[in-house]
Amino acid sequence: MIELEGLTKRYGTKTAVDHLSFQVRPGMITGFLGPNGAGKSTTMRMMLDLDNPTSGTVRIDGRHYRELDEPLKYIGALLDAKAMHGGRSAYNNLLCLAQSNRIPERRVGEVLDLVGLTAVARKRSKGFSLGMGQRLGIASALLGDPEILMFDEPVNGLDPEGIHWIRNLMKSLAAEGRTIFVSSHLMSEMALTADHLIVIGQGKLLADTSMADFILQNSRSFVRLRSPQQERLRDVLHGAGFTVVEAGNGTLEIDGASTEKLGELAAAHQLTLHELSPQRASLEEAFMQMTAGAVEYHAHGTDVHGGEPAASGPAWGANSGWDPAPGPEAGQSGEGV
Amino acid sequence: MAAVPAVLQSEWTKIRTVSSTIWTLASALIVTVAMSAALSAVLNSTFDELSELERATFDPTFVSFSGMVLGQLAMVVFGVLVVGTEYSSGMIRTSLAAVPQRATFLFSKIVVAGVLALAVGLVTSFLSFFLGQALLGEHRTTIGADNVLRAVVGGGLYMGLIAVFSMGVAAMLRSSMLSLGILVPFFFLISQILSAVPKAKEVAKYFPDQAGSKIMQVVPDALGSEKAPYGPWGGLGIMLVWVAASLLGGYLVLKRRDA
Repeated sequence: MIELEGLTKRYGTKTAVDHLSFQVRPGMITGFLGPNGAGKSTTMRMMLDLDNPTSGTVRIDGRHYRELDEPLKYIGALLDAKAMHGGRSAYNNLLCLAQSNRIPERRVGEVLDLVGLTAVARKRSKGFSLGMGQRLGIASALLGDPEILMFDEPVNGLDPEGIHWIRNLMKSLAAEGRTIFVSSHLMSEMALTADHLIVIGQGKLLADTSMADFILQNSRSFVRLRSPQQERLRDVLHGAGFTVVEAGNGTLEIDGASTEKLGELAAAHQLTLHELSPQRASLEEAFMQMTAGAVEYHAHGTDVHGGEPAASGPAWGANSGWDPAPGPEAGQSGEGV
Repeated sequence: MAAVPAVLQSEWTKIRTVSSTIWTLASALIVTVAMSAALSAVLNSTFDELSELERATFDPTFVSFSGMVLGQLAMVVFGVLVVGTEYSSGMIRTSLAAVPQRATFLFSKIVVAGVLALAVGLVTSFLSFFLGQALLGEHRTTIGADNVLRAVVGGGLYMGLIAVFSMGVAAMLRSSMLSLGILVPFFFLISQILSAVPKAKEVAKYFPDQAGSKIMQVVPDALGSEKAPYGPWGGLGIMLVWVAASLLGGYLVLKRRDA
């Protein structure tokens, strides 16, 4: 169990983490989600007492990290795949960590075996690929057989096989009753692995919810309509009390209505429909919607290229079919932040 | 609290499993001994060309350490790399996650590396002395003469302390490149140059290397060197103050700043 209380980190006038309070509960995978620059890595570094919080506390099983006796036996972390000395072999990198926490040397061989690095155990870690470096980092996290595991963007830069391996590893570790805290900026990745979800944007807590609830609350459903008599159709829909959003290309989107009802309404007014389809916004879009005001690095590329509205609205997520006003508007809302 | 013996063992593993340890310490020994031997041989053959003052204050012990000016740079590199590679490799975050008590971490590392540097320094010092004396011919001294043993042991202490001072500086600057960029020119050029400039040399006398090297002189103000307002042990004391300051600075930086 990890408890954060009012955790805050300021760099000068910039607030990276803003009064963050949440708990990471045992026996499940808690996903830590936020766009780039939301403060995920800073938060994780503060949890490990690597960065000093401006205010607030982190407690691990009720204690400060610095009070932990041999911390690798409580909490294992993968923060940065390359956080090892490149001139030292994989085996020796793990050995010095093991010795500092009085972990028996045979455990080094065990974790190398577990992550599949036994064949290169005596090789200098400098020559490791990103995937191998990631596996070495995970081996170091598992070294003390800890109850709590933290992974910062573990799938970054991995090939599909590596991603699959990490997902299964996290699931099996959680199944053993361990606490897993994993960060990502990809909702789709979290949807596949996490049981619980913590969402932050610009250092602020945006959601602390179970994955199931998040899906229920945030996957907006709507109906898409296309008609050659768009003007009349819109009047009719307005008349019937629906909120109509023009989505461009002659399509209309209507929230909170069934296809049956809309079809019958169109028929009653003898309107021709070319499309009548139920739509569901993806979780990725729900996540983008939630963090829209809190995205730090927008691409203001549209103006640079002569005002031509670009297809990719918010910077870090392409093809937002969700935002009623994609492109330039999303960029402008970012400028106010 | 992390157990200190465990952390010491871990730091020893770190030091012995990187190749830079071997080549920096071997360089310190070889460069010092070889250059001291060469200069001893040269001075032996050109003794009569020395000035009267230099002949009056001729110090065969100090002469046999003359290679240390260069050899100490390898000790600086060793000290800097021991601490600096933690930062350049990113290992520091892994290390501090394993040993979050900053003092235990830093001082275990410095004790292990410092004892190793001291041991190599002592071997270097004794080798330099005996080889140098063998080459000084009739101008030689013996280990049994007054204050000679103090100077030879002092030579080892000096090299060990130079390495420890460098470790403290690297912990303050958190970068190998930056630390080397400051320390190497400082010890090799600035300190040497300033000690020859009027007025500036009054300050340079209190630099760690200038003060510390007095311990290696048997004859006061050997070879016509500048008079110092302190003796051999006073000089070493001044050097120790520098070392303590660099370690304190390094510790405070490690404690206060984000890893």
